[in-house]
Amino acid sequence: MASFRGRDLLSIRDLSRADIELVLKAARRMVPYAIGKKVSRSLEGKILSTLFYEPSTRTRLSFESAMSRLGGRVLGFSGAEGTSVAKGESLADTVRMVEAYSDALVLRHPQEGAARLAAEFSSKPVINAGDGAGQHPTQTLLDLYTIWDETGGFEGRNVVLVGDLKYGRTVHSLAFALAELGTNLTFVSPPTLEMPKEILEHVKERGLTFRASHHLDEVIRDADVLYVTRIQKERFPDPQEYEKVAGSYRIDGGLLRDAKRDLIIMHPLPRTMEIAPEVDRTRHAVYFKQAFNGVPVRMALLDLILGGES
Amino acid sequence: MRELRVTPIKNGTVIDHIPAGMALKVLKILSIGDNVSSTVTVAMHVPSQAMGWKDIVKVEDRELGAREIDKIALIAPTATVNVIRNYNVAEKRRVTPPDRAVGILRCANPNCISNTREPVESEFVVRLKAPLRVFCRYCERELEDIPAHII
Repeated sequence: MASFRGRDLLSIRDLSRADIELVLKAARRMVPYAIGKKVSRSLEGKILSTLFYEPSTRTRLSFESAMSRLGGRVLGFSGAEGTSVAKGESLADTVRMVEAYSDALVLRHPQEGAARLAAEFSSKPVINAGDGAGQHPTQTLLDLYTIWDETGGFEGRNVVLVGDLKYGRTVHSLAFALAELGTNLTFVSPPTLEMPKEILEHVKERGLTFRASHHLDEVIRDADVLYVTRIQKERFPDPQEYEKVAGSYRIDGGLLRDAKRDLIIMHPLPRTMEIAPEVDRTRHAVYFKQAFNGVPVRMALLDLILGGES
Repeated sequence: MRELRVTPIKNGTVIDHIPAGMALKVLKILSIGDNVSSTVTVAMHVPSQAMGWKDIVKVEDRELGAREIDKIALIAPTATVNVIRNYNVAEKRRVTPPDRAVGILRCANPNCISNTREPVESEFVVRLKAPLRVFCRYCERELEDIPAHII
């Protein structure tokens, strides 16, 4: 296991199993600080730059909350308007400037590979907060934390990923990591939005088998975790076809009648119509807690990378 | 008069065992176009015991650089490169795909940061050499049609 101090976090693939376990345990220790029950000054005097070239609510706010809870300061921008970026500055130049103002950089960018490029030009650690349709490793870590915290582990758990498995970046990274951790995976999607072959190959390489289905009601009975993602309207040329497909993957009370008592339902949010509001009141719904988990997980990462003393 | 399909060369390079149909791509890699001062011979769809069919390219008075050989390895991993000096084979070697291909392939993903005006060269990681599979170091996507993306 490599030390996290001063290290970039660009892709979930850069983390070993031991690295992931270290982050999850550190995140659990951060919970009392994340809810304000305890106070930490471990990153006092440290500055985090947040470079958000694309709008983001949860990721940006939870990074800001995480840094503030550890006593550090945040500077940055959200949307490139009014910055030197709007004048045509390259990402490489922006990064070289910003690294001089702060101790670590968090980057959200519309193009794939942007964080890796930023890391090449920055001597300070770079954390990828989403690069186009590519990687979003802190989202994957908070998803893993939620599964681990709620179900007690990974091995032998039945995790069902449902929705747009072709274009959804969160499900690709999550499936990759869960395969590393020995989870049983089931993929449920419309035929046109199936999991890419590269991810399926990875699961097989890890010596695991997986199930693939187009029907959620066939697999709900065995599920320990149901990870739901949005099916986007623009993926379907025919709006009627979209309504039909989206409706068949809707999670509601009827579907959950056959589910295990301790099934948890996760969603990276924002949701539209894929989970009925009635599900929010059930013991299965953990998606808002999952969103909160972004704070302790990001606190753990910042503390590990910036060398706090928590 | 005796006819030779392909004549021996005095000095230069013979690229043999090119997969059939790839010779023109090899010429492109070697930048062989209008302004060539020496003789270039191309044989396409030649019977081969080992391969069934193959292509051959002979370039007179020229020896290839390491970067050119790396490029050839990415589109013709079966190729052999023979350096000819005074009608004799002075060196004979199989090409091997490099572990990393820097600045020689363009990423097929239009939304990859390596396809923008950022000051970086494209970079691909060769994860498997046979069959050849390469992945962009930036966007992590696999490059499907390697010959079409040689720079």
